[in-house]
Amino acid sequence: MAIPLKYNLRNLRVRWRSTIATALGIALTVAVFVMVMALARGLKATYVNTGDARNLLVMRKGSTAESSSQIERSKVLRFKYHDEIARNERGDPVASPEIIVLIQLDRIDGGNANVLVRGIGPIGLELRPNVKLVEGRLFQPGLAECIVSRKIAARFAHCRVGETFRAGKRTWRVAGIFDATKTTYESEIWTDADEVREAFSRSFYGSVLLRPTDEAAGAALIKRLEVNKDLFVRVLPESEYYKEQTKNAGPIQFMGGFLAIIMSIGAAFAAMNTMYAAVGARTREIGTLRVLGFRRRDIYLSFLLESVLLALVGGGLGCLASLPINGLATGTMSWTTFSEVAFEFRITGELLLKGMTFAVVMGVLGGLLPARVAAQKPVLDALRSV
Amino acid sequence: MDQAIVQIRELSKLYRHGDIEVVALNSISLDIGRGEFVALMGPSGSGKSTLLHIIAGIDRPTSGRCVVEGTDVSELGETALAAWRKQHVGFVFQTFNLIPVLTAFENVELPLLLTGLSGRERRDHVEAALELVGLADRMKHLPRQLSGGQEQRVAIARALVTDPTLLVADEPTGNLDAHSAAEVLGLLQTLNSAAGKTVVMVTHDPKAAAHAKRMVHLEKGELLNGGGS
Ligand SMILES: Nc1ncnc2c1ncn2[C@@H]1O[C@H](COP(=O)(O)OP(=O)(O)O)[C@@H](O)[C@H]1O
Ligand SMILES: [Mg+2]
Repeated sequence: MAIPLKYNLRNLRVRWRSTIATALGIALTVAVFVMVMALARGLKATYVNTGDARNLLVMRKGSTAESSSQIERSKVLRFKYHDEIARNERGDPVASPEIIVLIQLDRIDGGNANVLVRGIGPIGLELRPNVKLVEGRLFQPGLAECIVSRKIAARFAHCRVGETFRAGKRTWRVAGIFDATKTTYESEIWTDADEVREAFSRSFYGSVLLRPTDEAAGAALIKRLEVNKDLFVRVLPESEYYKEQTKNAGPIQFMGGFLAIIMSIGAAFAAMNTMYAAVGARTREIGTLRVLGFRRRDIYLSFLLESVLLALVGGGLGCLASLPINGLATGTMSWTTFSEVAFEFRITGELLLKGMTFAVVMGVLGGLLPARVAAQKPVLDALRSV
Repeated sequence: MDQAIVQIRELSKLYRHGDIEVVALNSISLDIGRGEFVALMGPSGSGKSTLLHIIAGIDRPTSGRCVVEGTDVSELGETALAAWRKQHVGFVFQTFNLIPVLTAFENVELPLLLTGLSGRERRDHVEAALELVGLADRMKHLPRQLSGGQEQRVAIARALVTDPTLLVADEPTGNLDAHSAAEVLGLLQTLNSAAGKTVVMVTHDPKAAAHAKRMVHLEKGELLNGGGS
């Protein structure tokens, strides 16, 4: 059996000041890491939640985002009535030609921000059963009415039911408020697509969202539309599209990872410093252990483990510190639409485990050299030290 | 004298500092029999500790042989030496060298962690060792809660818990008051006479040496009277 762990634990406790100081550095690093990853995950989850696997999204060939796609009205009419597309009880095809524009709105707390306005067809809501009106009523096409998400209503001025704001050539009246929790729709304003085209002088739609009768029909429709050189469209499941949009989390993830790595270098050096001091202070103990028959390897492992234990304390603190942000709502800029996307931080057990692993890595890196120094001390020199 | 447990033959130890050579031990030959209690005496710097370290397998001679219980200690590699040490020698230091964060019990248990003993067996051994040094009631105490004399007795318990044949002590009373010193010396004496341990004790104090059965004098790295008492 090796040198018992309680030896390390008690040493950490005895020099609790340096233990806490070092652990806090590691805790801070882990907390930043966990929070940034929670942010990225929350954002990704929001995108993934938005897409419905049963829907197909039609965009212009070459487009990677709805906002940069254009489809002429005439082209929409050429495939809107295809048999593969489901019909609702009134016999209308379940297909919604849509267009996205950006407008600026005043925030309640001052300043303004870009908000995404989505013009949808009359069927648009049927394609998104998760979106529910919670106040007022649906907009009526032709009356310059709109519905806004709960979050928009809460954050922007003039967005409560009955209020009006100006955008494009029109003054829009808020007819209702919808709830689209945990999807990107939670950051949008919806109104009639043709009114949006008119108010913002667009001759095109951006995309068409539609529901095929079944999966096989969907696959057939994708083929049928994509081989048509004339239509020049790209068709993909809505869920796929939103999965692609998770790349919006990339920059955050990258910056967060970068920051965490920089910080971890500092924290690992701090751990190394603490461990060097510990090795120095316990030189005679090391000599004694060696005389008792413990090998260099035992000493090495013991000090390395002590560093890891120290890091685990820090990691634990860091995870605890990050927990309160779980579920907290925030917003970030979407790099494809340049509007704000609202989402929630998402901390999972797996993420915490990653945070702890990160802490262990810092502990190992900080402990390697001091443990080596401890193990290589000649027995007699160690015994003579005071 | 019984069969010798320690056989030292023309043992020398040189320390080299640049051009200067220090002869710590100069061609020493010495036998220590099983069951002896030897006091290694001599003035400071005469090489007592160096000799003790070589016997205990924590230092190597520059030349000559040191055979302990049939093993030539000077020929063992480092790992083998560590394994040999934990089996054959118990070491008692002048400064006690208990691990400050471990209790008396845990300190004494340390060398047993290197054996294959079960927790139950270890407990029995540790309790017996602490009983032997008269500290069964201090098992849960940390070193700083013990007096110097008690600390040294715990250290002796730690040295003998693995039941080594050879007990070596380097100035074990050097940091103790007269009363505690007498206790520790009495204990070593008992271990020697009652438990049959071979004891080699370094001291420069004639009063301490008087507890031993035999005295060996060192001076400037050489034995006086060829090792006779
Ligand atoms: N590591 C070392 N380097 C150089 N000289 C040493 C070393 N250790 C001991 N010596 C020298 O060897 C001689 C014997 O030392 P030591 O065995 O400690 O004497 P004692 O224990 O009798 O006081 C002394 O002259 C001492 O200075
Ligand atoms: Mg000495």
